[in-house]
Amino acid sequence: MVELQADEPRNGLPIVVGGCTLSEVPFRVLTSVSPYKGKETQLSEALVKAHGMRLAAPNRSTGKADARCVWFGHGQVLLIGPKPDKGLAKSAAIVEQSDSWVSLRLQGAEAPDVLARLTSIDLRSAVFKRGHTARTELRHMMVSITRVGQEAFEVMAFRSMAETLQHDLQDAMESVAAQG
Amino acid sequence: MRIKCPLCGERDRREFYYQGDAIALQRPDADAPAADWDDYLHNRDNIAGVTRDLWHHETGCGAWLVVTRNTNTHEILAAALASDEVSA
Amino acid sequence: MRVEDKGLIDRAITVPFSFDGQRYCGHAGDTLASALLANGVRLMGRSFKYHRPRGVLTAGSEEPNALVTTGQGATATPNVRATTQEIFVGLKAESQNRWPSLNLDLMGINDAFSQFLSAGFYYKTFMWPKSFWERVYEPIIRRSAGLGALSGLPDTSKYDQATAHCDLLVIGAGPAGLIAALTAARAGADVILANEDSRMGGRLLAETEPLDGEPAHIWVERMVAELAAMDNVRLMHRTTVTGVYDTGTYGALERVSGHLADPQTGAPLETFWQIAAKQCVLAAGAIERPVAFPMNDRPGVMMASGVRAYLNRWGVAAGQKVVVFGNNSDAHRTAMDLTAAGVEVAALIDSRADVAVTGDFPIYTGAQVVDTKGRKSLGEIHVQTSSGVEKIEADCLAMSGGWNPTLHLSCHLGGRPVWNDKIHAFVPDPNNCAGLHVAGAAAGVFDTKGALKSGVSRAKEALKALGLKACAVALPVTGDDEYALTPLWAVKGNGGRAWLDFANDVTLKDVELAARENMGSVEHMKRYTTQGMAPDQGKNSNVGALVALADATGRGIAETGTTTFRPPYVPVSIAAMGSSGAGKGFLPERLTTSHAATVALNAPMIEAGLWYRPSYFPRNGEKTWRQSCDREVNMVRETVGVCDVSTLGKIDVQGPDAARFLDFIYTNMRSTLKVGRVRYGLMLREDGFVMDDGTCARLGATHYVVTTTTAAAGQVMRHMEFVLQALHPEWDVRITSVTEQWAQFAVAGPKARALINAVVNTPIDNENFPFMGCGPVEIGAIAARLFRISFSGEHAYEIAVPSRFGASMFDALLALAEGMGGGAYGMESLNVLRIEKGFITHAEIHGRVTAFDIGMERMVSAKKDCIGKAASMRAGLNGPVREQLVGLKPVGAGKMLLAGAHLFGKEAEAVRDNDQGGITSVCFSPSMGIPLGLALLQNGRERHGEVIRMVDHLRSVETFCEVCDPVFFDPEGGRVRG
Repeated sequence: MVELQADEPRNGLPIVVGGCTLSEVPFRVLTSVSPYKGKETQLSEALVKAHGMRLAAPNRSTGKADARCVWFGHGQVLLIGPKPDKGLAKSAAIVEQSDSWVSLRLQGAEAPDVLARLTSIDLRSAVFKRGHTARTELRHMMVSITRVGQEAFEVMAFRSMAETLQHDLQDAMESVAAQG
Repeated sequence: MRIKCPLCGERDRREFYYQGDAIALQRPDADAPAADWDDYLHNRDNIAGVTRDLWHHETGCGAWLVVTRNTNTHEILAAALASDEVSA
Repeated sequence: MRVEDKGLIDRAITVPFSFDGQRYCGHAGDTLASALLANGVRLMGRSFKYHRPRGVLTAGSEEPNALVTTGQGATATPNVRATTQEIFVGLKAESQNRWPSLNLDLMGINDAFSQFLSAGFYYKTFMWPKSFWERVYEPIIRRSAGLGALSGLPDTSKYDQATAHCDLLVIGAGPAGLIAALTAARAGADVILANEDSRMGGRLLAETEPLDGEPAHIWVERMVAELAAMDNVRLMHRTTVTGVYDTGTYGALERVSGHLADPQTGAPLETFWQIAAKQCVLAAGAIERPVAFPMNDRPGVMMASGVRAYLNRWGVAAGQKVVVFGNNSDAHRTAMDLTAAGVEVAALIDSRADVAVTGDFPIYTGAQVVDTKGRKSLGEIHVQTSSGVEKIEADCLAMSGGWNPTLHLSCHLGGRPVWNDKIHAFVPDPNNCAGLHVAGAAAGVFDTKGALKSGVSRAKEALKALGLKACAVALPVTGDDEYALTPLWAVKGNGGRAWLDFANDVTLKDVELAARENMGSVEHMKRYTTQGMAPDQGKNSNVGALVALADATGRGIAETGTTTFRPPYVPVSIAAMGSSGAGKGFLPERLTTSHAATVALNAPMIEAGLWYRPSYFPRNGEKTWRQSCDREVNMVRETVGVCDVSTLGKIDVQGPDAARFLDFIYTNMRSTLKVGRVRYGLMLREDGFVMDDGTCARLGATHYVVTTTTAAAGQVMRHMEFVLQALHPEWDVRITSVTEQWAQFAVAGPKARALINAVVNTPIDNENFPFMGCGPVEIGAIAARLFRISFSGEHAYEIAVPSRFGASMFDALLALAEGMGGGAYGMESLNVLRIEKGFITHAEIHGRVTAFDIGMERMVSAKKDCIGKAASMRAGLNGPVREQLVGLKPVGAGKMLLAGAHLFGKEAEAVRDNDQGGITSVCFSPSMGIPLGLALLQNGRERHGEVIRMVDHLRSVETFCEVCDPVFFDPEGGRVRG
C-alpha cells in the first residue's frame, strides 16, 4: 500500500501584469450534474434544499462564491464547492470532475480587454454581467468563463491544458499592459 | 459568420463544427431498402438557396443544431436545437 | 518646403529619422511622406516594371509609388506606404526595387525596352528558345520586377488578434463618420468609430473650409472630445476596416506600435480585429482619381487632394512652382489654397471650356496637359490650348480627375456598385448591403454640408434598425460649395505613355492592347494587364482603366462594369491574421500528470493529437531508440512495465437508457455485460466503416465508462452527442467526458498483479479480478478504479486515480516496478507489443476499413440494430474483393518491411493495376526475433502461407514476405489470463 500525494501548484501564480492579476483558484470539489428527462424542477428543488441554490439556467450561475451552480453546457451544470448531496442522483447523472478542470481568476479593469484577445464572445459589462457564464473557446481551448465580480472573471480549462491556459492569459495580459 | 445558438446566443463560426445536410436526422429503419440507405448516406442536392444543415456547437455548449441558411445570400434564417426538431 | 503658419504638426518637437541612410528631421504629426517632401525629397521609389523614378502621388493609404521598407533584419517590414507611416525618433526607412541605389537604378534599363514589356508580355516575348524561360528569362524578370523584399528571417515582432462587439460600427472619422457616431452615441447605441488615420477628421484636416466659422479641426476636436467622454463609444485610431464578412462581422487592422520610437515591451506591432457589429455606417470617404495624360508619372506629378493635404495638414508645399490641372470645381481649391499660403501657382488648367475662374494666377480653360519633362523631378509641362502648345516651367503638377467614392467595403458581400451619371462615378447600391449604411463621400456626396446631413440620416437608419430613438444633433455651419465636373479620363497628346495604374506600371496603351487582343471583359483586362492588382487593389486606377476599356471596346461605362472588390481593403500582414496561431498559440499542449517525471527521465516526447507522450525511456548505455524499445518490450514480456494511458478518451455514461444507447453505438452487445466486467467493442460510422474501438466497463446497472482511442476522443464524444440529441432524444442518457478526471496507468507483465497488490489496500486475485474484470479499489485514502485489460497480450491492468494524484501514482508505480526488474515503457514499445499481438490502431482502422476487413464481422451483432450496421452489410463492403487484415513476415534475403509499402503477387509487376493492398504497421519484434508487419491484403484471410512481394517505390525497397495470421505472439492468449 502507498500513500499518494496531491499535486502542489508550481505555476508561479499569482502574477500581476499592468492592472490585472492572474491567480489560481485553489482545489474545490467540482461535480457535473446533468438532469434526467423532465427532472429539472425536481433537481432544482433538491439543490435548493441541499445546497441553497437553484439549478442555473443557460448562461447563468446561481449561489455564492463558496457554493455555486454554473451552467456548463447543453443539459449540464457544474456544482462548485460542496460535496454533492446523495439525493441529487435521483434526478440527475452525477459525475465527479474535481480533477478535470483548472480555474484561473483574472481580475482588473483591463480583464475584458485581455480576454478580448483570446475569445470571441461578447464580454461587455452590459451584456455579460456578474454571474453570467459562457462555454466558449479561448484561443483553441474549450473553456468556461464566468464573471464573478465587476472586474473579475473565472476561466476554467482542462487540467492537461493548464500550462497553455496560463501562457495564453499571461501573453494577452502583457500585450494589453504594453498598450496602456 | 455568426450563428445564433438557441442556448448560448450569437457566436462566431469558429466555435461550430459543420456536419452536413439535416437529412441525417431521418435515419431509415434498420431493414429499409438499400436505396433508402443510399439516399440517406450519400445522395445530396447541391442547393443554391435555402438549406438545412447540422452544426455542432462543439467548443460552446455541445448542442447539435439545425441551421437554416441561404447559400445565395449567406443569410442565416434560423437555428434550432436538433433535439427539438426531432421531437417536434 | 515647409510653409510658415500652416499645418497641424507640432513644430516644437523635432523628430530625426533616416531615408536610404540619409538623416532628415521632421516634426511630430508628420508622415514619412510629408517629412520627406518638407525636406525637398522628391524621389521616393522606383516603378514596378520599368523602374521609372517615382515621387509620392497621394497623401493616403491608396499611395501607389512611395512604398518603403521600415525597420531592419527580422523586424523589417516591406511595402509600407510613406503616406501612412508616421515618423518617430530613429525611424529608418529604405527605398525599394532599385539597384544599386534609388538615384542610380541600373534596372532603369527596362524603361528603354518598354515596348517589349507591354501587357501580357510574358505570354508573347521571351518564348524562344523554350528552355530559356525557366533558367534565364523568368529569374531575370522576377528579380527586376517587384516591390520590397522580405527579410527571409522569422518575424520577431509580436502581433495580436482581438474581438470587439458593438451595436454600430462607424468606418471613417471624416465629417459624415463623426456626426454619424455622435448621432448614434447620443441615442444610447454602443458605438465603435474606426479611423484609418492617426488623427480623426478625414478631409476636414486637409481643407481650409471652415466649420462654424472656425478652422474645421477645432470642430473635429470638439466632436472627438465628446465621443471620447462617452462610455458607450470606443474610438479606434490607426484602424483600417479591411473586410466585411457574413452576419455583421468586420475585419480591421490596427497599427499599434509601428509609429512609436520606443514601444513598451510586449506591445504588438499590429492587432487584427474581428468586430461584430449589428449595424454599420460606412463613411470611408472618396479617393481622387488621376488623369491619364502622357508622361503623368514624373516625381512631382501628384493628386491635387494630396497637394492640399500636404499644405493644409502638414504645412508642406509640394513644389515651388505648382501647376494645377483638373476637370472639376474641387481642383480650383488647390490653386486658391496654394496662393493664399504664398506658394507660386504657375497655372490653373481646367479642361472644361465653359467655366468661370478667377484667381491671382495664369488660368487656362479648355486646355489639357499633353506632356511633361524631367527625369527624377518634374521640370516642365506642355499645355495644349486652343492656340497651340505652351510650355510651362513647374516642379509640381496637382492633377484632379474628380472623385471616386471609397465603396470597396460595400461590395465585399457581393454587392455591385452602380454608375452615377451626375458625379461620373460608381456609387454603392443601397439595396445591396444589408446592415451597411453608406454615408458622405463614400456614397457620392462630396460637399461637406451634404456629407454631414447624410451622416445623420444613415445613423438614424441604423438606429431604427437597432430599435433606438435618435436625438437631435446640431450640424455645424458650412459653406455651400458644390461639386461640378465634366469627365476627363485620358489625354492622347503626343502619344507618349499615359499611366493608369502607377503601382503596376499599366498604361492606357496596355488597356487598349488588351481590348485588341480580345480581353474585353473587365475581369480579363485586369488579369492580362495586372491593372488594379497587388498594392493598388483598384483604388487609384480602377475607374480610369475601365473607362479606357469601355472606350476601346465601344461600350458604355456602366455596361463595362467594375472588377470585383474583395477583402482586404489594405494589405494585412499574415502575421497579424495568424497571430493566435503563432508559437505556443498554434495548438494547446495537453500534458499528462506524469509529464514532468517523464521529461526528467530524458524520454523524447512525441505528439499524439494535442497530447505529449513518451517515445521511450533511454537507459545508460543505450545508443539508439531501438535498443531502448527492445529492452522495454522484453521487460513487459518478462517482468512488468508501467505506461501512462491517461490520454485515451474516457466517457461516463449514465441513465435508464444507457445500455440501450451503448448497444446502438457499438456493434456488439453492451446490455448483456455484467456489472464489474469490461468488454472490447467496435464503433462504426453510419456508412459502415470503422470509426473507433475501445473498451466499455459496466460500473453499475445504469452506469458505464467507455474508452476511446487518444486520437478519436473528440470525434466519438461528438458522435455520441449526435445520437443522443439528433437521433434518439427520447432516450434518457447523460454522457460526460472524464478523460481529465482520471490519471490512468497500464501495468503490464507477468508481475503486474504483484505490483498492483503492492499498491492497493486490499490485495486482488484471479477470482475477484479475472481477465476483463473491473471495480473500485482503495489506495490509502484514495478511491481508485482498476480494470484488468491488456493491449500488450500480457497479464495487465489499468489503474485510475483522480488526476491530482497522478504524478504521485506514477512515481510510486515506477519505483515499485523497478524494484521488480521492470520500469516505464513508451509509445515505441507499446506499438511493438500490440503488433506482436495483432491488435489494431488507427494505422489499421484508417477510415476505409470495415469490421469485415479486420476480421471482426462477427462482432456486428445480429440481435440488434446499431449505427453503421445496415451499410456494413452491403455487398461491396464484404467478401474476397476486400483488403483484409493479415500478418506479414519477411522471407528470403531482404528482411526490411516498411509501413506504407504496397503489396503485389509474387511474380506480378509492381504497377498500380496489380496493387493488392498495403502495409499499415511494422516493427522489429524482440519476442520473435524478426521484423513483423500488419497489412491489409486483398482476400488476405484466404492467403495465409502464400509468399507475396512488398514494394516501396519511394524508398526503392522490395521484400518477399509470407502472409500469416495477424496474431504472431501467444495466439492462444494464455498469458493474458495468467
